[in-house]
Amino acid sequence: MSPYLFYPLACLTIAGALGVVLNNNPVRSALSLVATLFLLAVYYIALQAHLVAALQIIVYAGAVMVLFLFVITLLNLSPDPADRTSPLFGAAALGSALLLAVVLGRALWATTLPGAANTPLPEGFGTTVVLARQLFSEYLVAFELTSILLLVAVVGAVVLAKRDPSPADMDAPAPGREA
Amino acid sequence: MLEFLNGLAAANPEVPGVLLRVAGMLAFGALVVFVFILPVAGITSWVERRVWARIQSRIGPNRVGPGGFLQWLADGLKNLLKEDVIPQAVDEPLFRIAPYLVVAGFVAAFVAIPFGGSLIIADLNIGILYITAITSLVVVGILMAGWSSNNKWSMLGGIRSATQIISYEIPLGLTIFPVVLVSGTLSTQGITAAQGWAPHTWHMFHNPFLLVSFLLFFVCALAEGNRTPFDLPEAESELVAGFATEYSGMRSLLFFLAEWGNLYVIGALVATLFMGGWQVPRFTDDPTLLAVAQFFTIFLKAYFWVFVAMWVRATLPRIRIDQLMALCWKYLVPMALLNTLGTAFFMVLFPEGSLVVRIALVAVVLAIIFVFARRVRFHLARARGLGYGAV
Repeated sequence: MSPYLFYPLACLTIAGALGVVLNNNPVRSALSLVATLFLLAVYYIALQAHLVAALQIIVYAGAVMVLFLFVITLLNLSPDPADRTSPLFGAAALGSALLLAVVLGRALWATTLPGAANTPLPEGFGTTVVLARQLFSEYLVAFELTSILLLVAVVGAVVLAKRDPSPADMDAPAPGREA
Repeated sequence: MLEFLNGLAAANPEVPGVLLRVAGMLAFGALVVFVFILPVAGITSWVERRVWARIQSRIGPNRVGPGGFLQWLADGLKNLLKEDVIPQAVDEPLFRIAPYLVVAGFVAAFVAIPFGGSLIIADLNIGILYITAITSLVVVGILMAGWSSNNKWSMLGGIRSATQIISYEIPLGLTIFPVVLVSGTLSTQGITAAQGWAPHTWHMFHNPFLLVSFLLFFVCALAEGNRTPFDLPEAESELVAGFATEYSGMRSLLFFLAEWGNLYVIGALVATLFMGGWQVPRFTDDPTLLAVAQFFTIFLKAYFWVFVAMWVRATLPRIRIDQLMALCWKYLVPMALLNTLGTAFFMVLFPEGSLVVRIALVAVVLAIIFVFARRVRFHLARARGLGYGAV
């Protein structure tokens, strides 16, 4: 990855990530997250993982974030008043941030990154064919288990959303039948 | 395009290659935007108004230039010179950025849309997936516009649009699956190369399921582009102008520019995925002449579907939001799933495809067109008999 691409990108990504935490307006915060996720997709492209980049945009920056925004705009949350936070809350946040920094720093210290040596990429790296072959041979069990998990989540969401019709609901016409 | 830039980088080793490539891409992108996308979107606005006028027995814009042809330039100039009003209670930065995001989303789709055998900005190996991904920028822009306007009509418009676009993305993606199955690649050039110039070699006639997929794709693409009968996000009779209510001048025009430009994207995708794209018979060995023929082939195919979208808009009423959702989840998604399975099944039965099935499907479509043309002729003759001489 060229340094001319990496440093501007890294600055933008960090700015986006900071925007997520520092904005006290929930919609702006969510939009910063969209920007950050988009920029992450650019890294994937620069690392030759085109398919992963497209999926990152479709799933995260597209579907998930639009649902986030959707919920936030529907709830119409007002900006978070800064003085609401108690000193205890601040201390807890600082403590966990420090803890995370220690853990990450230790992990990075102990790791040598093999990709840094500029080794040539294997043939067809990142293409759909290679990725699909891996997914449906080596990682088949994990892949199928994930789809079962998602199916359970969908069924659960439907069950939760579909309440028993109470008398108040009975008065309202059923969707699609009022015409 | 990329080869040319690589050559340029090799000739000038003192300039960092990446900067040269980025500059070249930006220059080429600007060229495509100003020479192709903006005029096409603008002229589409004029064509659309003329077509509706014709269908509704009116005249339409006919003052600026021959037949009103320069109306789009006049409108663009007018909107550029208008005051850029930012209402006081809006969330200003978001309000300002939103139209650009919408335009960026649709312009970025042109990167992977082929204009000919060698005319494409970048032949990505994930082509069609990239287009579905990058157009999700449009949703973010519309939602942003709706929320930042601080207006209940805008808000409702933005939310409707987001619901609609993320719902219809699912059947849209599922109708692309069969095409990818048949052609074995995601690249838009690869999908075109898997078809021929003759109609019976097009993907839409590969098997009956793909023919249905083709129709579903067009319906879903109309919904994705917020076009009538799915234009609930800007339903004038309910929401003033939906998410664009508070916008004026050039910013408001940008939303409409994206809508008209998007029409061409829809048409070009239908042409590429299902109708053989730029494929022409190899009538000459001159590459320039061949490229010109390819460009006009895909342009005409795409513009035919743009015309159909205008025709639909002039004739069909808008559907209700619950009907919109029911149509998507209860009909389009199951049908699209069935098409994917059906195509896979068909490919197991006939791994090489079946010429008989292809020709039979072409015959069915020709028969439908024939019956339709006869009905149109009958109604025209009747209208003349009733004294509508000009029809």
